[in-house]
Amino acid sequence: MNESQLRCTHLTKRFGDNLVVDDLSFELQPGECLGVIGPNGAGKTTTFRMCLGLTAPDSGSVNVFGLSMPQDALAIKERLGVVSQFDTLDPDFSCAENLMVYGRYFGMRSADIQSRIPTLLEFAALSHKANAKPGELSGGMKRRLSLARSLINNPSLLLLDEPTTGLDPQARHLMWERLQQLLQQGKSILLTTHFMDEAERLCDRLLVVDHGRKIAEGKPRDLIAEHLEPDVVEVYGGDTQALSQGDLRAHAQRIEVSGDTVFFYTQTAQPLLQALLAYPGVRSLHRPANLEDLFLKLTGRQIREEG
Amino acid sequence: MRLRFWPVFLRNFLVWKKLLIPSLIANIAEPLMWLVAFGYGLGALVGEVTMGGDKIPYIVFLASGSICMSAMNAATFEALYSAFSRMHVQKTWDGIMNAPVRLDDVLLAEMLWAAFKALFTVTAILLVMLALGIVQTWKLLMAWPILLGVGVVFSCLALIFNALAKGYDFFTYYFTLFLTPMMFLSGIFFPLDTLPTAVRWVADVLPLTHAVALIRPLFLDQWPSNVLLHAGVLLTYGLVGWMIALHLTRKRFKQ
Repeated sequence: MNESQLRCTHLTKRFGDNLVVDDLSFELQPGECLGVIGPNGAGKTTTFRMCLGLTAPDSGSVNVFGLSMPQDALAIKERLGVVSQFDTLDPDFSCAENLMVYGRYFGMRSADIQSRIPTLLEFAALSHKANAKPGELSGGMKRRLSLARSLINNPSLLLLDEPTTGLDPQARHLMWERLQQLLQQGKSILLTTHFMDEAERLCDRLLVVDHGRKIAEGKPRDLIAEHLEPDVVEVYGGDTQALSQGDLRAHAQRIEVSGDTVFFYTQTAQPLLQALLAYPGVRSLHRPANLEDLFLKLTGRQIREEG
Repeated sequence: MRLRFWPVFLRNFLVWKKLLIPSLIANIAEPLMWLVAFGYGLGALVGEVTMGGDKIPYIVFLASGSICMSAMNAATFEALYSAFSRMHVQKTWDGIMNAPVRLDDVLLAEMLWAAFKALFTVTAILLVMLALGIVQTWKLLMAWPILLGVGVVFSCLALIFNALAKGYDFFTYYFTLFLTPMMFLSGIFFPLDTLPTAVRWVADVLPLTHAVALIRPLFLDQWPSNVLLHAGVLLTYGLVGWMIALHLTRKRFKQ
């Protein structure tokens, strides 16, 4: 099975004058986890909706399992699992009933659904909550129930829109663990996220989008190596002007100032750290460059308030 | 070919089953209060109503009209407030459409579900009417499918406003500008022939008028006249309403 699971080709979408997705192409191979990262309003959710056939692209095409969206939407969705950004669980049904009702939308027989429910609840670490309603669950439990619900039809491809947004660290780690299990079972995952640690941990490959355009694509480690110096020294509490314009410049390949912090990106941090001793009263943090640095370098540091 | 709307209809049914008792009371208590207060209270003052030469007891006149109103109200409430909650507030529809179910299937399920609730409500009220001895005729069996049809018509019309709504407040327009005037202009509480001619013209194009025209004779153990006309008007409202509701709902979800 070498056929790609999901292929988007030259996707473009406008809302009025606003170009939301601009000539975006990408492909997801079987067994792969592809992460789509980008600031708010970058076009992630619109791309996601186009992949689901919920929004029609102005041009370009979406191809899933070799079938085309939206013409073959029903056939595609038979084999797809979806977790949307906001939970759409039925508040009046228990966890088990939520799974039962959802399975029927796939035309599954009640007995077949019933036999899957215990396994899915166990997978979601919700066996003890089978009879609880979503209102009685924590945020993490609800997300895991949504994930379990998306697996009712045993899909080979999962589309997850910000699956861990709003969860505490424990709940996020449990979610990651479950997603790793699914990848080990050979499922393919397309995932959008705001969290760089999530992207780095789960994704084989990343797609960085901004203003609807693809600005980088590759393996997380490769992207960091390609775009960034290996070491970062963050310096706080000094005169940012003096720090960024002074003699420290010699020890860094690139310097960024954001608020009261100066970021020095460097090949070797030792000389810089030595030189910093001459600046009493400043605090500094030395760390390896990470995906967040890459993200901020590519998409800028200004806040995106819209959608 | 599998019926994709069916699991969605079943979903609504299963939720409703959990809330059966409060739902039953809400759907049936109010119409019965109208019937008892006006039928017996006002009926004592009015006595009998003249209908095309026949004199009929006011309570039968009112019962035959208000059963149509109950079908209308039950379907309307379900297709406005409840459907809007599922569509917009709980995002139940979005969840369903991630499975192999089309928006059209979801809308059809909502329409049929609201009509079913109307049927359920009128069935319960008819049983109470029978128990109270207000009406006793086997022709009521014929009223049953017609009232289901009335439920379909009004759920189609309500779904138009559901598709247009930004919030619950919007539905006030529909009730104040459409349903409440119709309640008074469709011959439920008083015969239409007492109204001025211009008002009667308005009354003649309202769907509820035609529903009452089909149902009332059955309550009097008679067959309705002009069946094709009345059924045709209702059918037209239903079909056109459905087409508009479908079009507007698709547009809403296209964004």
